[in-house]
Amino acid sequence: MALSDKELKEIAYLARININDELLPSLKGELEKILNLFNKLNSVDTTEIEAMSHPLNLSQPTRPDEITEEDQREKLQETAPSVKSGLFLVPKVIEGDS
Amino acid sequence: MTIYNESWEAVIGLEIHVQLATNSKLFSGASTNFGALPNTQACNIDLALPGVLPVLNEEVLKMAVKLGKALNANINSPTSFARKNYFYPDLPKGYQISQMDKPIVEGGFLDIELEDGTSKRIGVTRAHLEEDAGKSLHEDFEGQSGIDLNRSGTPLIEIVSEPDISSPKEAIAYLKSIHSIIRYLEISDGNMAEGSMRCDANVSVRKLGSKELGTRTETKNVNSFRFVEKAIQYEIERQISEIESGNTITQETRLYDSQANTTRPMRTKEYANDYRYFPEPDLLPVVLEDSFIKEIHEDMPEMPTEKKLRFIKEYGLSEYDSSLLASDKDLANFFETVADESKSAKLSANWIMGELSAELNKENLNILNSKVSAKQLGLLIKRIEDSTISGKIAKDVFEKMWSTGNEIDAIIEKEGLQQVTDLSEIETMVSKVINENPGQLQQYLSGKDRLFGFFVGQVMKESQGKANPSQVNEILKKKLKE
Repeated sequence: MALSDKELKEIAYLARININDELLPSLKGELEKILNLFNKLNSVDTTEIEAMSHPLNLSQPTRPDEITEEDQREKLQETAPSVKSGLFLVPKVIEGDS
Repeated sequence: MTIYNESWEAVIGLEIHVQLATNSKLFSGASTNFGALPNTQACNIDLALPGVLPVLNEEVLKMAVKLGKALNANINSPTSFARKNYFYPDLPKGYQISQMDKPIVEGGFLDIELEDGTSKRIGVTRAHLEEDAGKSLHEDFEGQSGIDLNRSGTPLIEIVSEPDISSPKEAIAYLKSIHSIIRYLEISDGNMAEGSMRCDANVSVRKLGSKELGTRTETKNVNSFRFVEKAIQYEIERQISEIESGNTITQETRLYDSQANTTRPMRTKEYANDYRYFPEPDLLPVVLEDSFIKEIHEDMPEMPTEKKLRFIKEYGLSEYDSSLLASDKDLANFFETVADESKSAKLSANWIMGELSAELNKENLNILNSKVSAKQLGLLIKRIEDSTISGKIAKDVFEKMWSTGNEIDAIIEKEGLQQVTDLSEIETMVSKVINENPGQLQQYLSGKDRLFGFFVGQVMKESQGKANPSQVNEILKKKLKE
């Protein structure tokens, strides 16, 4: 399956990975190999097989609805690059800007 | 009713996010209390520190099952979680745990009541569980954004309707019905202003009778019932006017601006959103045993529609009164206490929706904060029914009860408001009124029957409203014939 430069750039954008144009040909080759594996999987007839969302034949345990976590803000914010008034500070991002 | 051109019809679907009223988060043991200091309720799971794993809150499953049953829907078992991938600083994991292929609730419906008294069935496509994101604050941080992750991981259930809604009024009826249900089930406080219920509206228009759907827009950011109605109305009119001017509708997300009463597009991204959903590997499929579902179902409270029907049957109330009283659980409970005390359901309903509602609205109180208790209001009505006080005086007494907080019987006693039911006393007053108004008496006797009301009024005035009106009528009739 052939990938266009445009598709590759879109995928990179969705994953927020910056790739420079020099890398495009080699990345394209590698990704195409991976996509071919999926094509192979897609060619198998699975109509009789139940969809599986997890490889273990177990079901999810639950916990009771209790507050078990104490406030550890101070400790948790020790490793944050920038904090003010209890808030984590990040570069300004407004929805829709990108 | 609708302002827009009659040759168009609107096709509307709502996505309602409901914050579930749990103590702890969907996947962590951090508190979900509203209004805590920033990041004091965000633990290492909510912060997505490396190596942490989500652990599912059982209460959330119970709440979802209740909602599913109330929406006449199927409960999927197993139900599974999926990752919805996107990047935003208030989503530290870089993905939201949500549900895709196997939502916990699927394929239900809700019958809504329209203003003309008819009902309409609105399909519910699905309701799925997901975690909320944190909050970004963009002001006052020297060009940076402040992130509060207290809300991160708070459980939400998103209820998606079929595009069965065809007007802003129907949208509101549906939204109110969902609001009523979640409050009845006590799975959420449904407070739209605080964001515990949020609504996105998918709107498109098409020529009347057309089978094909028009291009839809999704309007977000609508945080009150009234704004939902206005935003949808605006969007319908905007789309019709665009198409009639020869333009096309762009499929996009729009934000509602309540100040300007308009919607505007969020800046369109270069690439369409692609959330690249895939099954959440950190969570196993959730199996809900039949016995678990059955137990929850049997334990559910009476729902608004059932309650309404019971009010009609048990108390003989009208459809309108029943539906109004049953729309809110607290109001319905209040009514039942009043009616049981007063033994007069119709008067109880009238008083609650009349005088009591007026006072509550005036002071912006809800029924739980009523300054006159249900028992006291019931007694007041009982005092009207047993002729201790007249209906007119009861209104003054009610106002005194409201402003002083005193009990009904104490007020009647203290102010000497007991209705005059002593026949001889009424007879004296009647004779006095007749003697003092010879002119009117003459006219009445010569056939002006309407003057009977004048005499009743004069006697009531004479008694300062305390005479029993039916006794006054009876005695007057007798005396005027003499």
